Amino acid sequence: MSKYSMHLLVCGGTGCHASESDAIVCNLRDELEAKGLMDSVQVIMTGCFGFCEKGPIVKVMPDNTFYVQVKPEDAQTIVEEHVIKGRKVTRLLYKDPVTKESVSDSKHMGFFKKQLRIVLRNCGFINPENIDEYIARDGYQALGKVLMEMTPEQVIKEVKDSGQRGRGGAGFSTGLKWELARKNQSDEKYVVCNADEGDPGAFMDRSVLEGDPHSVLEAMAICGFSIGASNGLIYIRAEYPLAIERLKIAINQAREYGLLGNNIFGTGFNFDIKLRYGAGAFVCGEETALIHSMEGLRGEPTVKPPFPAEAGYLGKPTNVNNVETFAAIPAIILKGAKWFSSIGTEKSKGTKVFALAGKINNVGLIEVPMGTTLREVIFEIGGGIRNGKKFKGIQTGGPSGGCLSEKHLDTPIDFDNLIAAGSIMGSGAMIVLDEDDCMVSMAKFFLEFTVEESCGKCAPCRIGNKRLHELLGQICEGKGTLADLDRLKNMSVVIKDTALCGLGQTSPNPVLSMMDNYYDEYVAHVTNKKCPAGQCKSLMEYIINPDNCVGCTACARVCPVNAITGERKEVHLINPAICIKCGACMEKCKFDAIFIS
Amino acid sequence: MGNAKKQKLNLTDKSMSKITSLADLKKKREELKSGLDIRTKALDPENIVQVKVAMATCGIASGAKTVMEFFLEQLDRRNIAAVVTQTGCMGYCYAEPTIEVKLPGQDPVVFGFVDLKRADQIIEKYIKTGELVDGIIPVNYQIIDLKE
Repeated sequence: MSKYSMHLLVCGGTGCHASESDAIVCNLRDELEAKGLMDSVQVIMTGCFGFCEKGPIVKVMPDNTFYVQVKPEDAQTIVEEHVIKGRKVTRLLYKDPVTKESVSDSKHMGFFKKQLRIVLRNCGFINPENIDEYIARDGYQALGKVLMEMTPEQVIKEVKDSGQRGRGGAGFSTGLKWELARKNQSDEKYVVCNADEGDPGAFMDRSVLEGDPHSVLEAMAICGFSIGASNGLIYIRAEYPLAIERLKIAINQAREYGLLGNNIFGTGFNFDIKLRYGAGAFVCGEETALIHSMEGLRGEPTVKPPFPAEAGYLGKPTNVNNVETFAAIPAIILKGAKWFSSIGTEKSKGTKVFALAGKINNVGLIEVPMGTTLREVIFEIGGGIRNGKKFKGIQTGGPSGGCLSEKHLDTPIDFDNLIAAGSIMGSGAMIVLDEDDCMVSMAKFFLEFTVEESCGKCAPCRIGNKRLHELLGQICEGKGTLADLDRLKNMSVVIKDTALCGLGQTSPNPVLSMMDNYYDEYVAHVTNKKCPAGQCKSLMEYIINPDNCVGCTACARVCPVNAITGERKEVHLINPAICIKCGACMEKCKFDAIFIS
Repeated sequence: MGNAKKQKLNLTDKSMSKITSLADLKKKREELKSGLDIRTKALDPENIVQVKVAMATCGIASGAKTVMEFFLEQLDRRNIAAVVTQTGCMGYCYAEPTIEVKLPGQDPVVFGFVDLKRADQIIEKYIKTGELVDGIIPVNYQIIDLKE
């Protein structure tokens, strides 16, 4: 039915666009026109392939040939050789960096293995409201295998051997957690799914629940069998109405099929799942606070021990895992611990889902094996920094994490490396910062969140974070001193050491890591009273360059506070004491005479 | 959601029977797999087009629902035999709404920034004549296969 027998896809992503992919498209079209092939071959510009390092990219379909670093003058060769004679242009093919051999089929390029979808295996593929589509993609097979062929101990061993660590942020071994919950004897136990996703910029849990809810239900049942629980609870924030809706549909469908409920697969194993709604407090992502919230108490954390595995929901042994952790379990059971542990780094196995946000071109959800570097994530998958700006830092782990700088770009991402670099894995939010971001303001921004979300139970978090926030505010306004920088650091360390729960223990991370990596910028704020990124309004000064000013009076007329004085045709002057730094004058000036110092 | 109602050939409409053993489940899986084939083959495979619309919260917020309704309505009106379903997040937040179109016998193609104008182009050009339109998002990941 297609009138086109061949397609030439030219990358139109920012990187390739900058290196003349426009001209490639034009030249290809001209060549095809000249050869009378316009009706059978179509040239089209696409979105970013993510392979910006080797751009511009031209992909030939249907044979999947992948040409790299194509120049506009290569168009003729591509058309004459590949399109007409059917011979691949070897010199433009991607060469495997290890074997040095040309790779002609993009499906065999290492680059396309950079993203590996285990957790997101069904997201964007199946209809989440149709259990049959999940089953057709091997859904509930893992539960069947566990119930029919394995003992709880074997399941726990498999999960332990897989090396999977909790994806909620802390990175505790999933198998070990299950083992502890199994060991505690009780008439009743609970499996809890923590879907209280609260990090600003993180949305992987929502995406999994909205795109593949059954994978979580199946894993919870597997966990129930392993630890000896017959009740599952999903704690989900009411702000996720669509995820809740799809979970409800999924639970009902699973019940109708007998995959939840009594006597599953005729094995005598009973397991059912209920939903519990949270009101969206950040602290309720902490497991003890989450459990209290489910019990109808205030969402406040309590000291561990006792751990939930000993005394959790209603005082019974409880196992709490994050959505992403659960979603990988069916794959681990079906493909085995050995397979899972072959992916990733020595101490962090498998893949991790990251939400890319901030000043990055391809904002989105990605899943990569542990050990992928930040550089690969930002510049190859994420398509690089927006508007051609310079990379400055990346905040990983949300407001509980730290900001990593250029020197960390080649660090393989895993739990331990991120901690060693002064940040954390957290839930997997990644906020990319560029040269225009001020690191004092950013630290203040993240603290604003933790101050707001602190439950107020312990003093270090309640009062300490507030003081940190105030100090940062003063520094932004140019009222800070060098001694304040020491105070910031000391107070941060004390809060980390003394706060009751994970929220307070991690809240000073942005401050500490930003001071570590961008100390000069902090010093510039307190000693020179300057903001190098030009973000802190109080520290900016608008100045008129007398060489360029022609005295047109345009700036004086637009100034809302009459801070600009000067006679016609004479150099004007801005009074910094009156100026409110609104920038209106600079916008108005046609002679580029106004600049910010 | 109510979308389930709008899906043509929704397999869950059949009365649900309990799955009581692993063998049962495996049988069901095979049935469903061939069932998915049946739903395409029964209606002349040369003319069946499959459209998936990414309908996570973010997709819906950027207009995916309107786009899905447009496809359902317009494919019908233009007499194109097609299956339109919803799916979850494809991960391309920067390019929402996103859809995947699979023409018979061809690899699926993902289109981003699909507003009604582009949706119309996709139907008129890609679905009808195989001519690609702007907004293609190259797939750059691999998915695991759960086969035992």
